[in-house]
Amino acid sequence: MDIATIVQILDSTLRLATPLLFACLAGLISERAGIFDIGLEGKLLIAAFFSAAYAHYSGSAWVGLGVGVLASVIFGLVHGVASITFRGNQLISGVAINFLAAGMTVVVAQSWFAQGGRTPSLMGDARFQRLDLPFAEALRDVPLLGQVYSQILSGHSILVYLGLACVPLTWWGLYRTRFGLRLRAVGENPAAVDTAGVSVVRLRYMAVIIAGVLCGIGGAYLATSLSAGFVKDMSAGRGFIALAAMIFAKWRPWHALGAVLLFGMLEAIANRFPSLDLGIITLPGQFMSALPYILTVVILAGFVGRAIPPRAGGEPYVKER
Amino acid sequence: MSARRIPQWADVTLVPLISLLIAFALSALVILAIGEDPVRATRLMVNGALGSTYGWGYTLYYATNFLFTGLAVSIAFQARLFNIGGEGQAMLGGLGVALACLFIPWPNWWTAIIAAMASAALFGALWAMIPAWLQAKRGSHIVITTIMFNFIAFSLMNYLLSHVLRPPASMDPATARFPAQLRLPRLHDILEPLGIEFSRSGPANVMLFIALAACVLAWVMLWRTRLGFEIRAFGQSEPAAHYAGISSVKIIMLVMLISGGLAGMMAVNSVMGGPQRLVMNAVEGAGFIGIAVALMGRSHPFGIIPAALLFGFLFQGGSELAIETSIPREMIVIIQALVIMFTGALDNMVRRPLEAVFVMLRGR
Repeated sequence: MDIATIVQILDSTLRLATPLLFACLAGLISERAGIFDIGLEGKLLIAAFFSAAYAHYSGSAWVGLGVGVLASVIFGLVHGVASITFRGNQLISGVAINFLAAGMTVVVAQSWFAQGGRTPSLMGDARFQRLDLPFAEALRDVPLLGQVYSQILSGHSILVYLGLACVPLTWWGLYRTRFGLRLRAVGENPAAVDTAGVSVVRLRYMAVIIAGVLCGIGGAYLATSLSAGFVKDMSAGRGFIALAAMIFAKWRPWHALGAVLLFGMLEAIANRFPSLDLGIITLPGQFMSALPYILTVVILAGFVGRAIPPRAGGEPYVKER
Repeated sequence: MSARRIPQWADVTLVPLISLLIAFALSALVILAIGEDPVRATRLMVNGALGSTYGWGYTLYYATNFLFTGLAVSIAFQARLFNIGGEGQAMLGGLGVALACLFIPWPNWWTAIIAAMASAALFGALWAMIPAWLQAKRGSHIVITTIMFNFIAFSLMNYLLSHVLRPPASMDPATARFPAQLRLPRLHDILEPLGIEFSRSGPANVMLFIALAACVLAWVMLWRTRLGFEIRAFGQSEPAAHYAGISSVKIIMLVMLISGGLAGMMAVNSVMGGPQRLVMNAVEGAGFIGIAVALMGRSHPFGIIPAALLFGFLFQGGSELAIETSIPREMIVIIQALVIMFTGALDNMVRRPLEAVFVMLRGR
């Protein structure tokens, strides 16, 4: 493996990690507030479709992004109504949302575009274009650091950088603001938050909406940046890999970045090498694609550092009367 | 939850029926929104699925799949365990069927079906065993682990079918065809001696009766045996069950083994009874439809039967719809999602007004 290949893999790692990152942070915020969210996959998918459809109609990727986020937030609110207002089972609601998105995207895509459940390919400004960071061209030939900067970090769509910026933002929001403190408290001990006179319902709805926005950006990135248009089932389990990354990161933002980069790299390697020859054994590509899930199970099993979810996760809060 | 304010008969019939009506009404709106006629769509579905013995042959074939997966999810629900892994367990069940049918020269179908059922149940149960053990011993959330195991199963089957089990001359990732004498008797073969005409091409087969028998056995197990009592007690209250000396490890393991085994047995129908070889997408989402079926059927082995029939009808009707109109097959995924949403998650939305109605009626 030469330098060029490594650079190529790291470059696509960053691109492939971005949708995972948005979804992972979405899940993290939602679960920190005590709302299990296995509907990440569905929200990515519905946002991917609506962003591609409206980017196609308007010719602007930004319009697409807006509509995609809106669609994802609406799905998030459905989850909120089911799990906060009606105190339903959050896991079942998440499952329903995933199927709703899987069915809805294809049915609507077929009706609008009649291309077998896909949108027309997006061109020009209907996609987010690559963005060259300042001095990327000048630093191109500086060994190592210059190469890393201009060939790996530079040249992605703006959403990649937005995703990276969301990591410190989430950390700051969760650990350095009053809102974040309350959000975390509501996921651990909602009764205490309620006693302090803060509305549990409001906080949880906020979390669900933020998660919707983040998933929406992730989905829009899938359809208008990573690919050029929507195809059926294009989220391809990324919402679940993000869920895995969230557990892997034990619900912490910086660790989430590490986890999605790791999982993104696995995908990049699997794309580059259909089967990986390690000298002693040859790993098939299928093994690489299963690896994030296997690693998550190992982490969940608690053999390598135990993952403990927020205490009130998954339980509807019933105010005492 | 508070004391029951609606009679039990209403809880098991009215709540799912109203939920179903809401789901259908919303689906009709979706069909209207994409510029099709819901009445015509319904008529096409009913005709396609129930209008001929050919349609019934497919409806009952799919219903057989859903009986197994619905039962698998239900039994886990009885112990308050949410097994989303039915899909993966059924995939592994398919592997069990293929191994049993390909490598042992069975003289006829009925010896083969016994071996295939045992093998499918074993593989499905083994695939459920790891998440079960992790839940029982390590407290890892079974929902997450079973989801992960679905994906691992998919990769594993993808690898096995494209590298190991694929015949050398063939291009598509599937096993060779099973020997002809292993073909399961279809409803046509069963009903013909009785003088009843039934379409030759509908794939519903003898597994339908085994699935129905499994429902009866599950009911006996749940309500007439000590194990069933322990399972239900555990599902009602884990601390109370623990206090009564019921081992949570034992219940979780046994329930998940039974659940995985049932999900695995679904593959006997969809592999031996269907294409007669193991193909990549042999499960066709039946593991997930099992969730909707279990919720609809209120996790009761007899509630599962109408629910599985309903989804068999939707599945077959949906494919007819895709042929006749511009409504794609995925329409039934929307209906499935809405049924899961309303019977599973938004069930309080239906129940609360219903409670109010009953309180009013009683007050009079």
